[in-house]
Amino acid sequence: MSEEEDIILSELDDEELVQQMYDDLYDGLKEEIEESVNILLSRGWAPYKILTEALVGGMTIVGADFRDGILFVPEVLLAANAMKGGMFILKPLLAETGAPRMGSMVIGTVKGDIHDIGKNLVSMMMEGAGFEVVDIGINNPVENYLEALEEHQPDILGMSALLTTTMPYMKVVIDTMIEQGKRDDYIVLVGGAPLNEEFGKAIGADAYCRDAAVAVETAKEYVARKHNAMTA
Amino acid sequence: MSNSFLDLMESRDVLLADGATGTNLFNMGLQSGDAPELWNTDEPEKIKALYKGSVDAGSDLFLTNSFGGTAARLKLHDAQGRVRELNRVAAELGREVADTAERKIAVAGSVGPTGEIMQPVGEMSHALAVEMFHEQADALKEGGVDVLWLETISAPEEFAAAAEAFKLADMPWCGTMSFDTAGRTMMGVTSADLAKLVEGYEQPPLAFGANCGTGASDILRTVLGFAAQGTERPIISKGNAGIPKYVDGHIHYDGTPELMGEYAVLARDSGAKIIGGCCGTMPDHLRKMREALDTRPRGEQRPTLERIVEVLGPFTSANDGTEEGANDGSERRNRRGRRRS
Repeated sequence: MSEEEDIILSELDDEELVQQMYDDLYDGLKEEIEESVNILLSRGWAPYKILTEALVGGMTIVGADFRDGILFVPEVLLAANAMKGGMFILKPLLAETGAPRMGSMVIGTVKGDIHDIGKNLVSMMMEGAGFEVVDIGINNPVENYLEALEEHQPDILGMSALLTTTMPYMKVVIDTMIEQGKRDDYIVLVGGAPLNEEFGKAIGADAYCRDAAVAVETAKEYVARKHNAMTA
Repeated sequence: MSNSFLDLMESRDVLLADGATGTNLFNMGLQSGDAPELWNTDEPEKIKALYKGSVDAGSDLFLTNSFGGTAARLKLHDAQGRVRELNRVAAELGREVADTAERKIAVAGSVGPTGEIMQPVGEMSHALAVEMFHEQADALKEGGVDVLWLETISAPEEFAAAAEAFKLADMPWCGTMSFDTAGRTMMGVTSADLAKLVEGYEQPPLAFGANCGTGASDILRTVLGFAAQGTERPIISKGNAGIPKYVDGHIHYDGTPELMGEYAVLARDSGAKIIGGCCGTMPDHLRKMREALDTRPRGEQRPTLERIVEVLGPFTSANDGTEEGANDGSERRNRRGRRRS
């Protein structure tokens, strides 16, 4: 902050521009990210390359500093918002060019819980990592989860709760999935402030994710494992 | 008009607050996902039993069952039109229990977060947040609470909005934040930050502090952080009874009553005046806390962090953001020049 200088994005070479995008994501500068994405597109970068090398690369740094307690929710929300600006431009292009998919996730906050801060962070970080995310919002009874799973056939189901009064509801959802013989069709990840690893295990989830950065790492690991198991 | 809370604050060295609301109501049959506040009118006897549980265990004050009583939260249960009724009844039931007790008991009107993120990062405007908190504050006042009690807040903007609303309602208040993210609140507020923040309001809280968060050790480090700022304002510590576990279809917190007794003594010695529990704290825990506070002599000095770990177990994060050099994101990566638009 001591050296303020004007940087003209279009005058940076590719490598410098990507570095600048990391900084701009870190600082949550949405317009700058949008401009940079358009510059890279005009230079012939494939949408998928922009997503993985520039946006996901930048969000990985944000995620790591969030995990390490250097950045907090407000900064991460701004970064995710900037990322979203870039994604908005890339999304239709990614679909057209048939870019590889990391995997997909249906995510929602359980019945009785209004809190969506953590869930939104996970959604954005997952999108940032190249996952397709279907966000079914807050206050979801078990029927909503099952419908969304049926409709979107995701790899992963993500559930969030922020209250001790709502966290047991995750077990209701998982138990219903077991009853209907659907539990093993999905990777179930859970998260939220009052949860812990032991709780995740006790209710029958595949994993508890401490924060959004961990959620992305865990999702990647489980999806890779699932794909390996399918091809084996 | 006498005010039990002010009287108790003046006449006592240390006050024992209450324990958990959610955990206790679960044990009375509340279903996961349901709004505890609806029980104020649907199950008033159970709510009175909840309050009475604290009083009988030795608490000097208890919080009303109105944590999710803002319109923002009640909307989830399609009860946004019942803010006044549900909060007023929460307070009236509390008044009834307090006024029939044999000793002086204060009723504190619980006000929890709206659940929304404040502008500029989120959508909730300052004006709307003030309006919602004001509506709830007026209803709790009408029901007869002695003091308003803001809790589990993470954003300074939301804390400020509530402070403004409580002034509009012309009510004294106490306020606590939840320090659950590497020793800070989710929004990055440190203990030192909050100690400074509360002095800046037109009508500062009568007491301030921490509630919920993670384990009992962590909240004491936060209390020491408040005290280190040299604040003259009374400090509140309402920590969880350990860590939640899932046992036989119920949430169970692993902190024993004995451990919470130790926690209460250490909280007092760390500088807290109002000491209570949060999630998982049952009447049995409160009884041990009362006993410990009444029988154990005050320590001659504040406990060290080592002592806290020895008695209550390890911290969940290496530091809490108040150590030298940790402020203002100096750990953040070195950035190149910020581009100006």
